[in-house]
Amino acid sequence: MQTKRTTFPNKLLPYALLAPQLAVTLIFFIWPAAQAVKSSFEREDPFGFKTTFIWFENYSRLFADPGYVNSLTKTAMFAVSVTLLSMTLSLILAVAVSRVLRSNRAYTTLLVWPYAVAPVVVGILWWFMFNPTIGIAPYLMRAAGISWNHRVDGNQAMIFVIIAASWKQISYNFLFFVAGLQSVPQSLTEAAAIDGAGPFKRFWTIVFPLLSPTTFFLLIVNINYAMFDTFGIIDATTSGGPNQATNILVYKVYADGFLGLNIGSSAAQSVVLMAIVIVLTAIQFRYVERRVQY
Amino acid sequence: MKNLNGVAGLAALSLMLSSSAAFAQTEIAWWHAMDAELGQRLEAIATGFNESQSEFVVVPSYKGSYPETLTAAIAAFRANEQPAIVQVFEVGTGTMMAAKGAVNPVYSLMTENGEAWDPSGFLAPVTGYYSDTDGNILSMPFNSSTPIMYYNKDVFEKAGLDRETPPKTWAELETMSRQIMESGAAPCGFTSGWISWVQLENLSAIHDQPYGTLENGFGGLGSEFTFNGEVQVKHWENLKKWADEGLFQYGGPVGGADAPPKFYAQECAIYMNSSASRAGVVNNSKEFEVGFAPLPYYDDVTTEPKNSIIGGATLWALNGKDPEVYKGVAQFFTYLSSPEVQADWHQATGYLPITNAAYELGQEQGYYEANPGSDIAINQITRGTPTANSKGIRFGNLTQARTVVDEEFEALLAGNKTAQEALDAAVERGNQILRDFEAANQ
Repeated sequence: MQTKRTTFPNKLLPYALLAPQLAVTLIFFIWPAAQAVKSSFEREDPFGFKTTFIWFENYSRLFADPGYVNSLTKTAMFAVSVTLLSMTLSLILAVAVSRVLRSNRAYTTLLVWPYAVAPVVVGILWWFMFNPTIGIAPYLMRAAGISWNHRVDGNQAMIFVIIAASWKQISYNFLFFVAGLQSVPQSLTEAAAIDGAGPFKRFWTIVFPLLSPTTFFLLIVNINYAMFDTFGIIDATTSGGPNQATNILVYKVYADGFLGLNIGSSAAQSVVLMAIVIVLTAIQFRYVERRVQY
Repeated sequence: MKNLNGVAGLAALSLMLSSSAAFAQTEIAWWHAMDAELGQRLEAIATGFNESQSEFVVVPSYKGSYPETLTAAIAAFRANEQPAIVQVFEVGTGTMMAAKGAVNPVYSLMTENGEAWDPSGFLAPVTGYYSDTDGNILSMPFNSSTPIMYYNKDVFEKAGLDRETPPKTWAELETMSRQIMESGAAPCGFTSGWISWVQLENLSAIHDQPYGTLENGFGGLGSEFTFNGEVQVKHWENLKKWADEGLFQYGGPVGGADAPPKFYAQECAIYMNSSASRAGVVNNSKEFEVGFAPLPYYDDVTTEPKNSIIGGATLWALNGKDPEVYKGVAQFFTYLSSPEVQADWHQATGYLPITNAAYELGQEQGYYEANPGSDIAINQITRGTPTANSKGIRFGNLTQARTVVDEEFEALLAGNKTAQEALDAAVERGNQILRDFEAANQ
């Protein structure tokens, strides 16, 4: 491809233009990350008086710790469930709205609202509704014969945080699905309809495959969301409990480092999280972008 | 030009004047963790001190919960931006004591700055809990509490019980709870805040059971937890049994945030928590009458329950400030521990009076007669002669160890472990945490 190229005679100008962005990246990303890597090889008292270099002991202890292995599996479970639940629901809602002829703008607006709510506030709202003592949900469930107490029951706590975290993300997914659905050409579905394909057949064989770029994009975004942005929700609802049943990786980093003051272990956990983000991003760029047909 | 010089001179002069005015008042930053009503009371103390003299200004700032305040102070210390005074909860005592270079110990701070310092003026359990192995007090006792039992007198009456007779022993508490439930007076017998502190640490102290080796950790960093003894296991077995039956409802980990609403909403008739919850309990129980009582004990283990142990916080002076600042800190501490200030704080909040003089002042004022139940905490914490097991506990990284206790308690309630298994696991995991602390502080 031959295009016109503007060349600058000044050799320093490009670097000067890059400098602000590079400075921001260095100060706010690279430097703290390097600090975390450094701390992860050290054992230190909270005040930083005595620092010992201990090689990989923080890491080996981490992976030998059943609590950390538990946190890994809980995180995987949580991320997959939140992603599936919120994406499925938002796709259903998006399809439903696109079939509504009148007032679909009103529905769209209403469905987008939850996205404007901050994660901690989401957490508080759900905490309140599901509070075993004063919440409305356990009260209604008691009438239906279900005893709800996510303070004690780990599985209920997991279900609870999955619901709360998914609810928050539905709006975001919904918006992208609505936009994706609008770009599916009407002619294709109409042609299929003339050939006698029912609504389900049309959706699965035409609309869904054409939506795949949106779906894959959302898949990555949702996994990232569930793994990293749900800190506020966990903190406000279960604080990782009961008995670590909802102690996902990002919460454990906080609890061990900021509440437990175990800086070395917390740093090692952040480095592991960093590695997970790098791998996820690499997958996104390498495979997802390539395998999806546009 | 000459005119301009004059202006510059004036500006310089006014600058000098204003800076000398600022110089006259040395600022003392005080980071604390008291919100709502307690926070207002605390700020009133600072204002009182500021008005009593003109040399120093104490500036209190609220830094969040206890762990958040401690973390903030540590981070500030590492950045050399630390406050002169920080309020640290009793769980952080081990951490602070091990950080020798960060702390200006209160006993030397007071004598160096010429302030009167008499540790024997403080309540014995308070001094015991916060002294180092040489008997020196390292931090200024400020808000000390101990767990007591609150009960709903109206529900007691509705259940056919005597409204003035709270249960003394766990056996009585069990039968009374059952009667309350079966009569339909309330759906639950009792709940508790701070499982780790109330149902394990204080349980051990009251029944004279060791919580850890080396005098519950007072003897050094090499101590190990031993709270998986017979009495503790039996108690946790009971709690599980009572939880299954519905007599006991769990209020959540750490402080047990769900416990107080259960009591306020008259769902649970009995509630165990810090004496400092008193103000909150009184405020939230307008629809029923509250009674106060000491914590129950097992009469088949002991007939003479020991003293309960302390919770709450102390004030630590951090290193790295000007001598002038420490002079102010010392004066402020003297003001803070004066009988009038202490008695006022104690009576308004439910915290213990930390000095004998403050307690005596309250007696003279007739406060305890006018407010029945307000001396339960102080009587409970000063009863009998403290033993090595009831003096208190001192462990590094205790915040993490308490989290472990909460988690194992939840595993017990969920039916994943027996009481013995849960406590054994808590001891094992807790010891690991203690070894980490030992390694980091050697």
